[in-house]
Amino acid sequence: MKKFRLVSAAGIAVIGLALAGCSSGSPSGGSSGGPAGANLDSHGPITYVQGKDNSNVVRPLVDKWNAAHPTEKVTFKEQSDQADQQHDDLVQHFQAKDPNYDVVDVDVVWTAEFAAKGWLTPLTGKMKLDTTGLFPSAVKTATYNKTLFAAPQTSDGGMLYYRTDLVKTPPKTWDEMMSMCSIAKSAGIACYAGQFAKYEGLTVNASEAINGAGGSVLAADGVTPTLTSADAVKGLSLLADAFKNGNIPAEAITYQEEQGRIAFESGKLMFLRNWPYVYGLAKSDGSSVVKDTFAVAPLPGLTGTGASTLGGHNAAISVYSKHKATARDFLTFLESAETQKFFATQGSLAPVRTSLYDDADLIAKLPYLPTLKESILNAIPRPVSPFYPAVTKAIEDNAYSALKGDKSVKQALTDMQAAIKAATS
Amino acid sequence: MSAVTEVPSKLSPPPGRAGGRKRGGLNEAHGRWASYLITPSLVILGVVIGYPVVSAIIMSFQKDAGLDKATGLFVAGGFAGFSNYAHWLLQQCVSTTGVTSACPPGNLGAQFWNAFGTTFFFTAVTVVLETVIGMWMALIMNRAFRGRGLVRAAILVPWAIPTAVTAKLWYFIFAFNGILNSVLGAKILWTSDEWAAKFAIIIADTWKTTPFMALLILAGLQLIPEEVYEAGVMDGASTVQRFFQLTLPLVRPALMVAILFRVLDALRMFDLPQILTGGGGGTGNATTTLSILVVDQIRQGFNSASALSTITFLVIFIVAFLFVRFLGANVVQTQANQQKGVLK
Repeated sequence: MKKFRLVSAAGIAVIGLALAGCSSGSPSGGSSGGPAGANLDSHGPITYVQGKDNSNVVRPLVDKWNAAHPTEKVTFKEQSDQADQQHDDLVQHFQAKDPNYDVVDVDVVWTAEFAAKGWLTPLTGKMKLDTTGLFPSAVKTATYNKTLFAAPQTSDGGMLYYRTDLVKTPPKTWDEMMSMCSIAKSAGIACYAGQFAKYEGLTVNASEAINGAGGSVLAADGVTPTLTSADAVKGLSLLADAFKNGNIPAEAITYQEEQGRIAFESGKLMFLRNWPYVYGLAKSDGSSVVKDTFAVAPLPGLTGTGASTLGGHNAAISVYSKHKATARDFLTFLESAETQKFFATQGSLAPVRTSLYDDADLIAKLPYLPTLKESILNAIPRPVSPFYPAVTKAIEDNAYSALKGDKSVKQALTDMQAAIKAATS
Repeated sequence: MSAVTEVPSKLSPPPGRAGGRKRGGLNEAHGRWASYLITPSLVILGVVIGYPVVSAIIMSFQKDAGLDKATGLFVAGGFAGFSNYAHWLLQQCVSTTGVTSACPPGNLGAQFWNAFGTTFFFTAVTVVLETVIGMWMALIMNRAFRGRGLVRAAILVPWAIPTAVTAKLWYFIFAFNGILNSVLGAKILWTSDEWAAKFAIIIADTWKTTPFMALLILAGLQLIPEEVYEAGVMDGASTVQRFFQLTLPLVRPALMVAILFRVLDALRMFDLPQILTGGGGGTGNATTTLSILVVDQIRQGFNSASALSTITFLVIFIVAFLFVRFLGANVVQTQANQQKGVLK
């Protein structure tokens, strides 16, 4: 009986070994001149892959394209609404060299990773894409190793929501904002909050603080961390000090976007850093008590307007696509002023074309657009690094310790620097 | 093919029909026939268990893809030896120039022993709580009283709710402006303070899985014949004596299996802390379990993640082995023994 058990266990192991040998799991090292250069002139039906289309923007656009291009129809493949799941789904299909994922919608922070894996077609030569009229910062998120790999599709920038009944003119600098906190105190509410829970939002807020003080996370080469500079220390200290003196309430360490929005809408917060999506909700939510008593302003920096971190998505062409010419035309279509305007009106998504922010129709519908324009014009992309998951982890973990006072700001930044170095080398 | 068709004719009367099958007495023909029958299962096990385990082990000896500075593209890392294991067990990070140093905070390698301790802490505390409360629930459910069906259904409700939903429910309860803080009139940061976060996980996990424990123990309790208790009463045993000297020894086999299941389950705890605290709390990782660490690492490199999941696999395997070997949790023979009333 014992022998039999041993034999069966060995049998299972042998089968496993045989299978493992068959699928020589070679990591997808990008080899240039391979699939990236193939099918550049080929037209035909393609698939567009994107996360859940919550406000029904993509389907009408695809219908419009299909009506005009009956022989180059686009099929829309909808992913889940979770960013992590979208990322992993894309990785799996790229690893399987799936030719049916022609045009993919990628978060700005994944673009470098996918490009370095050799999965995205560089938009050069025949594939060249006109980027005039787009936000330079948005184009930067789609650029890796001095090459454009994706078309900026939608953008997003942080704004300062403030209570007009308590503050007449919005603060221009961080110090000015902190000096206004006495108003909040006498009103019995909290002063300022952003996204400080330990997740991607903290990376956004911490890098905004660092960039806003003139520091930076990575040097221009996109690899070397530059977090031990005096400016970086100054930037992160602003947040840490505000936590210490109570200008940021202690519970904000648990805030993601939604908790901050709820606190602001229930009138418990005077200043809130958040994305544009809050605007419509705070105006219309039944539970919002600040419907008519709030406005938006650009984020305050150390000495002037702050540097928002950029959100948004880029559209890229898979190297395994069989009809890259059609895919490229589809990118141009997504980028056109008309499509961009539709993104804004139908989905409240921030366009990547600067001119649309001065469009009177659009401003009537989305009154925050001029503020958002200033935010995005001053925005700095999150580190464009193929090792982004490790970089954001290093920032999150150490910034969190600094904000909670478990570590000095200086120590946290030194550790952040070392952790990024360890991960990216 | 012919061998297969011939075998049945050689067989002595099939077990079903014959009363005279010798226990454990498989002769050679039986053995061969049995191995033919079992081969398909073995092949399937090989595909669904053998393959992932073996390929994870192979991958764990490969370096993660590195960046070619010239082209900016990722290139295969090559053979790694035991460096991926050293990365976790010794918390060593290797730089491009080959210098080995301790992993800095914020690098996943620095979190291994922390996650290891957290996982075992959660396992020990939750399993003890669940066993004690589960036993109590099972004793109640085992009694005959009016409304027993209702009580049983009510106790099982938490178990019927998917863990992800449970985690989200507790996430709202533990929110700063949530129900619990309002009820307690406290201002506790349940998802952020180190011990509050740990207790939040323990409370939610106990709430969720105690019914499972209760159910398994109840199954064991129901196999204990009523006469044993009647005899106990005749001999003048008190309620406490009956519990410790009759119920506990008789339910022990079922109890050990239940504890084994829970321990193995708790050691790979992932969804509850991931959703409830995101692995956060304390200095940022107070509720990061080994499984959360594996999933975090997958996004940073498959090969290191393979090494970590192999380590996790071995840890759980060793725990299971010790359980079966020394604590007598025998999943296969328990029921048979229990039905025979064997006191072990």
